[in-house]
Amino acid sequence: MSSGFHLVVCGSLVPDPLQTLEPVTGPAGPALKNEMMLPSVLDPWAGHALYEAAHLAESAPDSKVWLVSLGPKARLQQLMMSIAQKVPFELVALDGSAGGFTDPTEVAAVLANAVQGIAGLERDRLLLFGGCASASRDAGATMQMVGERLGITEQFLAVDELTVECDGSLKVLERIEGAQYQISVCAGPPAVLAWATGNLPEPPNNPQVGMVNMRSVMPALQRAQPAPVAAEGVKFLDVTVPRQQRDTRIVRDMPVDEIARELVDWIRG
Amino acid sequence: MEVTRQSMDVDIVCVGFGPATGGFLTTLARALVDEAGQPVVESRVMPGMPPQVLCYERADDLGFGVSGVVTRARGIRASFPELDPAEIPMAHPVAHEKVLYLQDPIGASRRSTGVNLLDKLVSGGRWLLRYEDHAAELPYTPGFLRKDGGLLLSIGQFNQWVAAQLMGSGLVQLWPGMPVAEPLIENNAVIGVRLVDQGTDRLGNPDAGYLPGMDVRAALTVVGDGPIGPVGRKLDEHFGLPPGHHQRDWAVGMKMLVELPQGCPLEPGTVLHTIGYPEPEIFGYLYVYPGGTASLGIFVPSWLDSPVRNSYRYLQHWMMHPALWRYLRGGRMRSWGAKSLQESGLQGEPYLAGDGYARIGEGSGSTNVLTGSGVDEAWTTGTQLAEGVIELLRAGQPFTRENLEKAYVARRRGSWVEKEGRAAEHARDGFQRGILTGFMGMGLTGLSGGRLNLSGSSRPPHERVPSLVDYYRGQLSPETIEEVRRECTSAGTGLHEQLMERSGWPEIPYDGQLLVSHQDALLMGGKVQAPPGYADHVVFLSSDLCQRCQEKLCIEICSGQAITPGGDGGVPQFDREKCIHCGACVWNCTQARLDDPEHANIEFRAGAGGLHSAEN
Repeated sequence: MSSGFHLVVCGSLVPDPLQTLEPVTGPAGPALKNEMMLPSVLDPWAGHALYEAAHLAESAPDSKVWLVSLGPKARLQQLMMSIAQKVPFELVALDGSAGGFTDPTEVAAVLANAVQGIAGLERDRLLLFGGCASASRDAGATMQMVGERLGITEQFLAVDELTVECDGSLKVLERIEGAQYQISVCAGPPAVLAWATGNLPEPPNNPQVGMVNMRSVMPALQRAQPAPVAAEGVKFLDVTVPRQQRDTRIVRDMPVDEIARELVDWIRG
Repeated sequence: MEVTRQSMDVDIVCVGFGPATGGFLTTLARALVDEAGQPVVESRVMPGMPPQVLCYERADDLGFGVSGVVTRARGIRASFPELDPAEIPMAHPVAHEKVLYLQDPIGASRRSTGVNLLDKLVSGGRWLLRYEDHAAELPYTPGFLRKDGGLLLSIGQFNQWVAAQLMGSGLVQLWPGMPVAEPLIENNAVIGVRLVDQGTDRLGNPDAGYLPGMDVRAALTVVGDGPIGPVGRKLDEHFGLPPGHHQRDWAVGMKMLVELPQGCPLEPGTVLHTIGYPEPEIFGYLYVYPGGTASLGIFVPSWLDSPVRNSYRYLQHWMMHPALWRYLRGGRMRSWGAKSLQESGLQGEPYLAGDGYARIGEGSGSTNVLTGSGVDEAWTTGTQLAEGVIELLRAGQPFTRENLEKAYVARRRGSWVEKEGRAAEHARDGFQRGILTGFMGMGLTGLSGGRLNLSGSSRPPHERVPSLVDYYRGQLSPETIEEVRRECTSAGTGLHEQLMERSGWPEIPYDGQLLVSHQDALLMGGKVQAPPGYADHVVFLSSDLCQRCQEKLCIEICSGQAITPGGDGGVPQFDREKCIHCGACVWNCTQARLDDPEHANIEFRAGAGGLHSAEN
């Protein structure tokens, strides 16, 4: 029997956080102004999950990474141009909303169905990765619900580190309340790991990885099934984006302590 | 130390994804397979498959950091005969077009005797003209300026629209966020490109995660990386320019996308061109998109002989001109950016093809400097190259200089791009002798179809930019200038803000949404950032030359305030995280290289990052 993992990463796109985000109310409920025109990036938490999965796959022979991505097909296509050069994966594309105004239950149902539909996926080798939250769907509950629907009870949230021990067990470093870590060990797959930040930097662009990925990415996008997700029964009372306040000043050779003191004063003020 | 590089073979590699490459790939992709999806021609590197075609784009995503345009769109419509502008976000047919002559409402503009006379004539004849808010509408827009039947486009959105169709075809691969460092040249033939090294420190030395740039070898390298693209510039360094050609004329276009205030009467499709203010040499534009937004901006040309020229500050004064402010007051900046434009047109044309490579788009001298049109021309040169490439692929002929000359260059020479570009070739020469001579020259060229022109010799910046003392003679004393220099160097800023204010320009009344500080424009409008692990792409070659330089125009013109005074007032500092890759530093450096006076002391290399906005 192979010792490799089947790593399924749930992750999609969010508006580039540098953009000017403005909530508006459309016919279908809240939305972001010009959302389809705003550049998108891979959700940062999902990004950590994907890079950790790729790293683990590299170190465990006969492993494979799938990326299950729910978002508007055209935007997913664009996103793939940015991330497909990073790490090897096979895409499972779902054509639906990636906006922040969807119900996590519906999103989880769609994702779980997609995972179940992956041909050749072996449950006893399955590690289900995702972000512990999302920059647009920050309920922090989606991965738990995907796990529940797939009947996976070993669930770890806000993971920062995963070590595969010699006996095949998994040692997981999880963030818990009070700025502390909890170390858990589970016997092995299947498990759900919802990542916080991990330890890996964003990999460099590797054109050869891109060439290989693209052979499967485009067919996957063409096969993408409509995945209607909404927020049936949910009423949005108010929608705002965090307020930004800028105070720009150019300084040179300022001691770090002084910068820190100024920042603290500024925040307090 | 010998670096081991990975290498990859493809059939065609393209550098830069702008309108020219969009035109090239759109035309090429349609011809690579038949109706049944079977390859019409076979890949040399992957037999049985269609040719493997890749395009590398420097910016972090496609369509980042370009701008709004008005275009006749002849070439674009030829590629998309059924084009419905509504398919492209922000696109709209041109509806009304007019030219405004802006007078100086505050008395700070540097107007020559001739321009003052023109101002008096305009004021005296205001009953003949539509005159309002210190601006006169020209009674007649010359045909060569009009874009009848044309389109307003956000080039960012247009590029994304084109890219989506290309990627959807599955026949080409587009890779943003992947700068190309240089062409690979062997025996005077281009055999591909080298991608930029990743995981380096600022000087390019290997650092954490070092990944040497891969060599991508291809039978054909298509160079569409624009006027400051490192591949095009390296080719020019290696092969030189054709005899008599030069690339001395430039402009920096600084622009914004503005959400117009409620109740603004401007209708979608409106096009305003302005001349005369904030300095007579600066042209402006305002295009109204659907949905209450407008793309606007100014062009600061290389013949504005100021040692403190700065586009951002001038853009703010331009917006606040009463003839424009009546529409813009209460508006909000949605995005902002800048770009260098190669204004030499056909006089700056490089060798268009050689063994293994071809040049398309703005960097190939396709911009029409009379009509101020570049996008449609660039697109069309891309389609012309694609038609030639398809011909050669089908005939099984190699991409030699001779074959590309016949299949591409001859096609281009016989087209409207060449015919109109040739007529426009000397349209702007008159600006070398002054603004009024320039206007007269453009008019003469335009009305005579290029048969008559006013002459003027183009000069590199080190021969034409005056010293600060000379520029401000009669306005500011040398002592005052020196005092400002000391203060600004100590504060780490450029000189232009202080010098402009001391010479009569009023302070900008920041409103926090349209009139904001330059730094806030970087954050709010440009969304500028740079990923770690890349070398600095702006390099000051000789520290001696920087030490000697009194003007340091690179600091003043820098569109992102990424170049600031060095600690000792010598070599400036460069902050990659603020650079918006406009490339203005390259052609504003006033220090000629000792061994090559045609080039200056700043090298602009391949770099990642920059603007993160596709609304423009």
